[in-house]
Amino acid sequence: MTELIYQPKDYKNPQAVRWCPGCGDHFLLNSLHKAMAELGIPPYQTAVISGIGCSSRLPYYMNTYGFHTIHGRGAAIATGVKVANPKLCVWQISGDGDSLAIGGNHFIHSIRRNIDINIVLLNNRIYGLTKGQYSPTSPRGFVSKSSPFGTVEDPFRPAELAFGARGHFFARTVDVDSEVSVEVLTAAARHKGASVVEVLQNCVIFNDGTHSAVATKENRTENAILLEQGKPMIFGKNKEKGLVAEGFNLKVVTIGENGITEKDLLVHDATTEDNTLHQKLANMSYPEFPIALGVIRDVKAPTYDEAVAKQIAEVQAKNPTRKLKDFLMKGDIWEIK
Amino acid sequence: MMEKEGKIVNLDNVVVRFSGDSGDGMQLAGSIFSNISALVGNEISTFPDYPAEIRAPQGTLSGVSGYQVHIGAKIYTPGDKADVLIAMNPAALKTNVRFIKSNSVIITDSDAFTKKDLEKALFTTDNPFEELGLKSIQLIEAPITTMVKSSLENSGLDNKGVLRCKNMFALGIVCWLFDRSLSAAENMIKTKFAKKASIAEANIKVLNDGYNFGANTHASVSTYRIETSEKEKGFYTDIDGNKATAYGLIAAAEKAGLELFLGSYPITPATDILHELAKHKELGVKTVQAEDEIAGICTAIGASFAGNLAATSTSGPGLALKSEAIGLAVMAELPLVIIDVQRGGPSTGLPTKSEQTDLFQALYGRNGESPVVVISATSSTNCFDAAYWAAKLAVEHMTPVILLTDGYIANGSAAWCIPDIENYPSIKPNYIEKDIENWKPYLRNEETKVRYWALPGKEGYQHRLGGLEKDYNTSVISTDPENHELMTQTRQAKIQKIADFIPELTVQGETNADFLVVGWGGTYGHLCSAVNEMNKKGKKTAFAHFGFINPLPKNTKEVLSKYKKIVVCEQNLGQFAGYLRMKMPGLHIYQYNEVKGQPFLVNDLVNCFTKLMEE
Repeated sequence: MTELIYQPKDYKNPQAVRWCPGCGDHFLLNSLHKAMAELGIPPYQTAVISGIGCSSRLPYYMNTYGFHTIHGRGAAIATGVKVANPKLCVWQISGDGDSLAIGGNHFIHSIRRNIDINIVLLNNRIYGLTKGQYSPTSPRGFVSKSSPFGTVEDPFRPAELAFGARGHFFARTVDVDSEVSVEVLTAAARHKGASVVEVLQNCVIFNDGTHSAVATKENRTENAILLEQGKPMIFGKNKEKGLVAEGFNLKVVTIGENGITEKDLLVHDATTEDNTLHQKLANMSYPEFPIALGVIRDVKAPTYDEAVAKQIAEVQAKNPTRKLKDFLMKGDIWEIK
Repeated sequence: MMEKEGKIVNLDNVVVRFSGDSGDGMQLAGSIFSNISALVGNEISTFPDYPAEIRAPQGTLSGVSGYQVHIGAKIYTPGDKADVLIAMNPAALKTNVRFIKSNSVIITDSDAFTKKDLEKALFTTDNPFEELGLKSIQLIEAPITTMVKSSLENSGLDNKGVLRCKNMFALGIVCWLFDRSLSAAENMIKTKFAKKASIAEANIKVLNDGYNFGANTHASVSTYRIETSEKEKGFYTDIDGNKATAYGLIAAAEKAGLELFLGSYPITPATDILHELAKHKELGVKTVQAEDEIAGICTAIGASFAGNLAATSTSGPGLALKSEAIGLAVMAELPLVIIDVQRGGPSTGLPTKSEQTDLFQALYGRNGESPVVVISATSSTNCFDAAYWAAKLAVEHMTPVILLTDGYIANGSAAWCIPDIENYPSIKPNYIEKDIENWKPYLRNEETKVRYWALPGKEGYQHRLGGLEKDYNTSVISTDPENHELMTQTRQAKIQKIADFIPELTVQGETNADFLVVGWGGTYGHLCSAVNEMNKKGKKTAFAHFGFINPLPKNTKEVLSKYKKIVVCEQNLGQFAGYLRMKMPGLHIYQYNEVKGQPFLVNDLVNCFTKLMEE
């Protein structure tokens, strides 16, 4: 491994972190510091933008440029930052309420536009800062302070929204899994365009254990599948299980049973233009299927900020006018002497 | 009726109103006429009056679109009532009858006045002129449709294309009426249809036909020669308020050495600002058509944070949606220009009409103590200066600035002397300087209370801003009660201090009168004309018009307290009057208010002032 120019601590703010002890946000924050050091983009060339919610406090704990904005609007503000100064590496830190409820419109449109920002979506399936109401990712029937008899609505699956908005990058990780988190955060930053990283995050106070199926290393080997580019889709304690396609659906198989060998398994390719299989993988839910982790989709596409700059450069190459007055003097004018 | 047969009448000004179906091309005919008038030295002021529907059913009252042109000397408004009305159909005649003088010249397309056409416009008799009580008009009935069809018989255009040229026939008649040479109009048509030579040719042919029709058959109607005026030397162009606003922002960015960014969502009547700025990639302007009003301002706030001159453009309903984000810019102390092209409200209201009803929204429409700079543009051409000032105050004082224009000045146009930006006041962003010790993001110039702008990308100045209250000294989050009060007062003091950096209030007209007319924003032209008329009649009237509203010019109280009687005129129910009463208790203020979505009428103002003066 090459030596890092910056250390994780260079991205860390000495200010005391105020999340609840044990909150998944602490883990993600550490992974983000590590990922940034890995990327080597200087702290002063990095901007971290957030909306409102527990996770949106994150910019205060960074030693980068940061902006803690208003509820749901982080994506729109990050878009403006990136268009204004495309040299900056722009991160947007958000939660399931911030991005999928009040900020749903900005979430889908920033993805559709393919603005080069890295959206980190900390999904704890609850409103923590307002002390425990159900969120747009809480499962049907979820009992919370605002749904004492259980919710009567279905949740969003963040990946489905991202794909519905024609997203080109989607990855998933678990808050406590630093290794995968650093890997997908780094990949998200390296991807040119809007990248979404869904972090399955635990809220120790209001929704403890919501991701318990994948919260420990042991559970993850059994209940999750880490998708790796070019590798067969294998999971399980003894790497004995795998995924195959059956018609338009996925199926969990056991290697060695019914004549199944590793060669029969699907091989992960995050770079295919067609997102059908990526959607299928991202939508897999426990316990019928393992939960997909890692970079699920990573496809090249023109970015919005580059296109804006390119259009200006193209027009300027053809049109030498640079001053307002010169433009006006070329228009419909008359002289009074 | 035609007593001035064949004579040429000299007038100091004249108002011409072009009207027809919204697809009839009346705006184009009107704007060509105003431009060629400006070319011969007339002052011009124009105002389009278009329906909210894009294409209402043909020939119906709701589909009438109008374009009023006022030309002559000392022109401040598009004129109260028209001397000449071009009515392409009965519906246009009917809807415009209240906008014309009793002895006006009316030009009609007589082919469009069949029984069926009259019914569509809800006339109940065969004679629409009689039915409307038009007794002393001079009528020019021209079979425009028939003549255009026969003129373009061999042009190769299809029927639809042929009929589209009717507006140029009408324009030809008007050019004859006002003794306008056709060559300038022909050049404009050539430019407009530069890529469609056959269409340009057809339009020019019909324009000449219209002119000849006037000259040949109506030699008995009086034609007019309009006074020209002595104007400042220089190069002029015809400009509407939205364009002027866009150019003002570009000029400010150029002066400040900043890139210009506009985040906006389409909304009537502000969209043309987005259209104009989107055109100027050669000048480096960046525009983002956002997914909604909120994203419009939020992308601009992001761009401001990153170091652009950032603006967002909207109208009343959009300003309402942006209010939370404006609060963020107040709290983060970031420069931002918010342009509100006011329209009739509340809610969707009258999207294509004009009002001044957003003043309170601009001043107070946010949660918390949330002071912003509020300024207003006084005319179409003044939108340039107002936008320039808005940008200047925003970047020099690190604050959002709301610029109030309105639908009337945004769409109205006038001749504008292209300025030298070099002669405009400098714009110096309050950047962080190297020698500032113990820099913190909210460290401020103690005199002006302005914090320093450190741009992302600059090494050593990484900082975090946000909507949460910050400590005055350390700039970290604070809920300390004393600190919050200090910060609240500091933000207020910062805005108040701006009074030291803006021009003082001036008084026009008879400054030593007892009676003072007060206005703000887009009503300047009408108020100015009314005050001039009062003084012409020997009724001594002074006039003070506000562009800067928050803070008010420093000498406001001193000026206002000189007058015995003050009348504040505005197109709302008295918002500025109420604001002045609150800021300057003790003043006795009368009000003149109209909320009709239409500009004031000079005549109504004069009547009101006369009555008030005599009270």
